Amino acid sequence: MPPIIDHKKCNGCQGREESFCEEACPGDLLYVGSDGKAHCHAQRDCWDCMSCVKMCPRNAIETRIPYQLGYHKARLMPIMGKNSITWKCTDINGETVTYKYRNRLEIADEQGGSS
Amino acid sequence: MPHMADNPLTLDAVETVHVTCDVLIIGGGNAGCFSAVEAAKLDPTRKIVIMEKAQILRSGACSAGMDAINTYIPEGKTPEDLVRWCRSQVGGGPIREDLALSNARELNESVDDLERWGLPILRDAEGKIRYRGAWDISIHGEQLKPIMAEKAIESGAVIYNRVACTQLLMEGERCVGALGFGVRDGKFYVFHAKATINATGGAAGLYKSYTADATDSHHQIWMCPYCVGTGYAVGIRQGAEMTSMEQRWVATRTKDFCGPVDTISVGYKAPIINAKGERIMQTRYAHLGGDKAPRYIRANAPMEEWLAGRGPTYCDTRGMEPELAKQMMTDYLNERPSFVLFLASRGQDPVKEPIEIYGSDPYIVGGHTQSGFWVGLDRMTTVPGLFAAGETAGGNPNKFVGGCAAEGKLALRGAFAYMQGLTLAEPDEAQIEAEKARIYGPLLRGADFDGLTAVEMEERLQRLMDEYAGGTSQFYRTNEERLDYALKHIAMLRSQTVYLKAANLHDLMSVHEVVDRIDVAEVLCHHLKFRKETRWQGWQTRSDYPEIDPAYDCHVESRRDMATGAIETFTRPYEQIVSGDRYKP
Ligand SMILES: Cc1cc2nc3c(=O)[nH]c(=O)nc-3n(C[C@H](O)[C@H](O)[C@H](O)COP(=O)(O)OP(=O)(O)OC[C@H]3O[C@@H](n4cnc5c(N)ncnc54)[C@H](O)[C@@H]3O)c2cc1C
Repeated sequence: MPPIIDHKKCNGCQGREESFCEEACPGDLLYVGSDGKAHCHAQRDCWDCMSCVKMCPRNAIETRIPYQLGYHKARLMPIMGKNSITWKCTDINGETVTYKYRNRLEIADEQGGSS
Repeated sequence: MPHMADNPLTLDAVETVHVTCDVLIIGGGNAGCFSAVEAAKLDPTRKIVIMEKAQILRSGACSAGMDAINTYIPEGKTPEDLVRWCRSQVGGGPIREDLALSNARELNESVDDLERWGLPILRDAEGKIRYRGAWDISIHGEQLKPIMAEKAIESGAVIYNRVACTQLLMEGERCVGALGFGVRDGKFYVFHAKATINATGGAAGLYKSYTADATDSHHQIWMCPYCVGTGYAVGIRQGAEMTSMEQRWVATRTKDFCGPVDTISVGYKAPIINAKGERIMQTRYAHLGGDKAPRYIRANAPMEEWLAGRGPTYCDTRGMEPELAKQMMTDYLNERPSFVLFLASRGQDPVKEPIEIYGSDPYIVGGHTQSGFWVGLDRMTTVPGLFAAGETAGGNPNKFVGGCAAEGKLALRGAFAYMQGLTLAEPDEAQIEAEKARIYGPLLRGADFDGLTAVEMEERLQRLMDEYAGGTSQFYRTNEERLDYALKHIAMLRSQTVYLKAANLHDLMSVHEVVDRIDVAEVLCHHLKFRKETRWQGWQTRSDYPEIDPAYDCHVESRRDMATGAIETFTRPYEQIVSGDRYKP
């Protein structure tokens, strides 16, 4: 059922021409409705790319694997840092793993490398 | 403020926006962004416009990120070596070695650009680039698309996001831009350009995915589902020559979630096994190179196991060192993060349980195989003024991220050379008005119109292609009679597009996407029909001609007859430019 939008948290990115999630979606699937909240045109058309989840400043969106493919319920949430990303993944048994890595180089930093 | 404009009540109510420029880039993806950056480098006084159906910061194949650059020439190897590998990966071709070589010569510099712009390329303790296989290097590419897009924005190109291209603008035989509509603002756009680079990515959604019947997972597919082949379709409609469209791209992917497998099988050396635990590549494909067998053999192997009753098939990740397993999960998070979510939703630890694999649905992607426009070295198609780069350009397989970037540069240089001294006539109003009417027709049919939705027609096409033109359910096999059946029904579908109706602007985009897919599917079926042999099992399997026939050691080409609309097929000879055994890397 991707993506799930928590309307208690979503404020439609008030004041922006396009909300962050609208901007992020490569399929033009997200829009802010007359209620001022983000909605998805067609759940079936989501690619599960998670770009909207990464971009949402209020952590209001999560991607959920359709039940026919994956069991209830796992969760994967990114936290975007400066030049790094942290992912927290909780599986159906409640086990949580965290991953953190560098996703951008400092431009002045000539030498690449993993962190 | 309303983010999506209301439907227009009449055609006259639709505002038309005219834009004139030197070079129009259709599709601000991987190749398109590199074209824009190259333009600013060569001549910043030129006006460059990007027309993009999504938002370039996250659009196309790279939206979710990447974990590797599949080709980067290591120290001690040459562009010729890369062409040899590339040729062997497609069973000796025939490929366009002229294109492959020119691309290979631009490749490393384009990847270096990405690193200079901030892409983390993984290096070892001595600072040497870490190779994953023979040619592919590991990256932390979560930000790959925003990194490219920011440079395109910095280049000064004028970017029209949320404008979907639907047709080329022609001046006689010459392409002089493109037409389309704003999927948010509802406006009709006329881009008049001296040269046009078609960089809309590949075609996904021609075939049914085997997960499409599950609720909410129609797009559980590998290729970007929003690249639907519009770039090919607009060229086909103007009589552009297409090459090798029968060479579809099918890949082994994780099962039930179309996720990465090369990451595990190449990057982490996890063997592919069948239900009995046999190592498939070593036991059955040793004579074809085992784990290093051509790409289509590796793609098809698990499906052959299923067909023979030896499925399920797996990538055996069991016993992997925990540190390595964590690295693998990080790779996934960089490229297809929701695959990590999928594993969690199965409660699966790959160190304890192997990862199940299966075949993907087939795609047309000229950055992977060699289907696409026939182009010259300058990347101009057979339509003057129309250039192709990335997945749209045919003849040169295995381009991927680096090669598509390189080709974006090459096409831009071609476009600049072409437009020297060129002056354009005023755009043809009749053509523009006709396209405007065609675009908005499905929005203006009225509430009582008893018609069809885009989804209905899309699902009909996808099932047809799956069952008759060699989809996953048929283990990629087709034959003459099935292709004739497919073509008959494609013609019926096309005649029924007049019944398509759209509820809103987003839906209108879906309507035009299905119309474009029908045009691409038709050409694809003609190509599959023409090649009466089986050269690349899985990618192109004819059950009525199961062997390779040396008579088809050539390029299969097609062109739409502009007078009758019929698709003509013909051949072009293969030219070997790079020495050596074609079947060996
Ligand atoms: C999931 C996935 C993983 C991959 N992993 C790797 C990897 O690890 N390493 C590697 O080297 N390669 C990888 N590839 C391949 C690589 O990403 C592609 O070959 C390459 O990025 C394609 O570039 P492109 O510019 O041709 O297409 P894209 O980058 O897809 O750009 C096409 C653009 O055109 C736009 N567009 C489409 N239609 C229209 C229209 N009608 N009007 C206006 N705009 C339009 C799209 O929105 C998009 O922005 C992967 C691909 C996928 C899908």
